[in-house]
Amino acid sequence: MSQADFSIHAQVSRTAATELMTAPTFSVPAKKMAMWLFIIADSATFAGCLVAYGFIRNATPNWPRPFHSITNVAIMTLLLLTSSLTMIIGVQAAQAGEKGKAFRFTLITAACGIMFAALHLREWMGMIHEGATLFHNPWGTPLFSSLFFSITGLHLLHVTGGVIALIAVALRYQGGRYNADDIEITGLYWHFVDLVWMFVVPLVYLLNLAH
Amino acid sequence: MTTAETRKSSGIGKDLIVFVCILALAGIQFVIAYQHISTSQMLVRMMTVAIIEAGLALLFFMHLAENRGLKWFVLIFTVAVILGMQYGWTDSFRLLDGVPWAK
Repeated sequence: MSQADFSIHAQVSRTAATELMTAPTFSVPAKKMAMWLFIIADSATFAGCLVAYGFIRNATPNWPRPFHSITNVAIMTLLLLTSSLTMIIGVQAAQAGEKGKAFRFTLITAACGIMFAALHLREWMGMIHEGATLFHNPWGTPLFSSLFFSITGLHLLHVTGGVIALIAVALRYQGGRYNADDIEITGLYWHFVDLVWMFVVPLVYLLNLAH
Repeated sequence: MTTAETRKSSGIGKDLIVFVCILALAGIQFVIAYQHISTSQMLVRMMTVAIIEAGLALLFFMHLAENRGLKWFVLIFTVAVILGMQYGWTDSFRLLDGVPWAK
């Protein structure tokens, strides 16, 4: 191989390697793709929990239906859905370069998350006060309490993590260390948390409503 | 300037319509909860509504509609995992009704 051939070969290899390194999968930036992969993995986690809940509920005769009111869960749903809308406004403001508005709406989203968590804890306290714990259920099979606290607890953990992430990203965005992409990626996670709640509500609450 | 910043803002109009639709669908779930139907019928109806809600959120709030390749990747992967989990349903019926070959 001559010197010129070698040089051309090296250049072609370099170009191919650069293309491999820069071309993002599905034209999605690496950070956003990482969040999508996390969301896919996490949806499998939640699906596992909810399907296991379905198996156990189906296999347990006289499954308890302890919920008498839907007011609390309706307000929680409204809060979480509204927080998705405020998140969208925040992301759009960040993309349009309106820093103040983006910061404000990201914090409003976090505030909705905090209110959701507070209502959730209030509901938990009420149930604990009635005697329900992770291993004890005053209305029948202890499996109900175990599953209720596990599934809603896992979701609450995600909400808490989301609130912390939203506040941290908003502050860093305001400080100039993060950009609109970071707000958008955190927004993706927040929408996912909202999406999971759409399945938790009917399965864990509404199907166990006392008639 | 970042990728996100270069994208032009399309306004909140479409997202607001999607939000109202999701809110209405969530309301329908609550209405279904008060219907006098069997648990399995209730489950099917509620899950249908939940899947539509989740689909709207995925396509519009999470902008999956804008990326065809990613949309199929997420859909195929997630549905495959969830369908794989359904494999065990027969066992939950066995637990409820006793082993079928014993009857």
